[in-house]
Amino acid sequence: MSLDVDAGHRTRTLPSNQRRHARPPGPRRLLSWLDLRAAPYFFVSPYFVLFAIFGIFPLIFTLWVSLHDWQLAGDKTFIGLENYTELLADDKFWNSVVNTVGIFVIATVPQLVLALLLASALNKRLRGRLVLRLSVLAPLITSVVAVAVVFTQLYGRDYGLVNWLLGLFGVEPIHWQNAAWTSWIAIATMVDWRWTGYNAIIYLAAMQTIPKDLYEAAAIDGASPRRQFWGITVPLLKPTIIFTVIVSTIGGFTLFAEPVMFGSGLMTGGTTGQFQTVAMFIVKEGFRDFQYGYAAAAAWILFLLILISALINFALVRGIGRSR
Amino acid sequence: MTTLTQTRPRASRAGGARLDPFRATTFTKAMLGLAIFLSIFPIYWMIIIATRSNEDAHSMPPPFLPGGNLGENIQAVFDAENAHFMTGIINSIIIASTVTIGIVLISTLAGFAFASLNFRGRNLLLLSVVLTMMVPLQQMGIVPLYQMMVTLGWTNTLKAVILPFLVNGFGVFLMTQYTRQAVPRELVEAARVDGANTLRIWWNVAVPAVRPGMAVLAIQTFMLIWNEFLWPLIILTPDNPTVQVALRALNDRYSTNYVLIFAGTTISIVPLLLVFVLFGRQIIGGLMEGAVKE
Repeated sequence: MSLDVDAGHRTRTLPSNQRRHARPPGPRRLLSWLDLRAAPYFFVSPYFVLFAIFGIFPLIFTLWVSLHDWQLAGDKTFIGLENYTELLADDKFWNSVVNTVGIFVIATVPQLVLALLLASALNKRLRGRLVLRLSVLAPLITSVVAVAVVFTQLYGRDYGLVNWLLGLFGVEPIHWQNAAWTSWIAIATMVDWRWTGYNAIIYLAAMQTIPKDLYEAAAIDGASPRRQFWGITVPLLKPTIIFTVIVSTIGGFTLFAEPVMFGSGLMTGGTTGQFQTVAMFIVKEGFRDFQYGYAAAAAWILFLLILISALINFALVRGIGRSR
Repeated sequence: MTTLTQTRPRASRAGGARLDPFRATTFTKAMLGLAIFLSIFPIYWMIIIATRSNEDAHSMPPPFLPGGNLGENIQAVFDAENAHFMTGIINSIIIASTVTIGIVLISTLAGFAFASLNFRGRNLLLLSVVLTMMVPLQQMGIVPLYQMMVTLGWTNTLKAVILPFLVNGFGVFLMTQYTRQAVPRELVEAARVDGANTLRIWWNVAVPAVRPGMAVLAIQTFMLIWNEFLWPLIILTPDNPTVQVALRALNDRYSTNYVLIFAGTTISIVPLLLVFVLFGRQIIGGLMEGAVKE
């Protein structure tokens, strides 16, 4: 994931052309000088204007709102950091944080490991490769809402396919919504079903850039395919793994549609909030109870949580290949 | 395919078939088969239930083969009171298409400037695009965004849904990378020497060269926006939904009527299924190319 932000190596060859236009003598030259100097800014301006209005402004305004007791009809009083202190002492908020982190961990770890194995399998000599790849990517076309509806059905207590399957092995029907851990598993499988194939394709792309000679040399040295996988593939894939971990972190911490649909469309996340995520907490406070200031403070804490956990994950993944 | 088959004789000569790292063992094939079954099954089963009657859906074990009630169930979805499914589909088509065109245009313009033009602050601006890709803007700024729309009197309008979605740093980044690789600097300079202005160079030199990249971005954006749920749920009223919001209403009000709900989800994936079948190769290619560049 080396972000090639600086393309300087190519740019340095041509500024002489620009310097010639630096003092424009005639109106025609003036126009072309203007074109050279101003056009780039016009080209990037649509993005940055929209970004300023719908990206940066709401972000900063969220900070402002979070410092107020801000009610529905614009009734507001400045209360400093009170929302934050109240939030940090709010069991319901921490409950939603624990749920979010819990679901994130039991969804992401198996998902990325499975994606790696799947990518490695897809990287073998196989017939009908396009069809295979499209098949593992198929879940991506179903919307989050559709996935959640279908899986909620699969996990239904009385007529669900999962309980039916478990029943064949003598397991009593499980009410998946009821307990925290069963609901987390159900929600995690929705996330995994949708994204494992996608991550596998990303890993596959990176695997194909690994020179084949490396494997051949390892094979001559007698390394088994398993050792080659852990010794060559995984370490060389590290930048890609870091990328997918960060993307999964952002997605995991903003998890919303799956738990909402799993809990009959409500923001409460089960009878005791056993699967209410932070995003649901924010929407509940902001748009059901109209505590805008409180919701805004929660949004900022969520952002900090994402940053911290992205950094932790980054450090963890970076350490993977070193110990081996 | 070609590179893989070329290495085959060498690899097997070198390490013997047992150590050939690219040989698919029976175990690998079996696991792959299982993975594909798990990927496809929920979609298959969703469509099966959509073709059945409610009694079938409640039977144990549930049905695995199609029935004859699809047309009837689809009719019921569109007739369902309070779900406004037809409005949802029309709204989603308008929103997803507009956002797609907007993002592709904005990203192609900015990508060209970042990749092929020199200007002060370029690297800093590009860095800011990359950094903000990491910020979940929609979730973070949702309260003020909502208030902004209230102040402007835009709640329950499609433009209130569309405009915030146009901010997409990923698109700008993707098109910058693509332009860098597809449009040689020399070509841009040659066109300038020939007297073309920047807009002309963009239109006549850059756009034709980056068209494949635009297509990939368009497909990905359409799929992404079609599936958006949170923001439309908040900003639109229930009688003027997107297809995802309509699905939620359907699920809420007819929670025991599985065939109706599954017919709804089946309808909701038809446009993406079409995109997927028609452009599958490009989707895979785009994803894999993007992954390697990052």
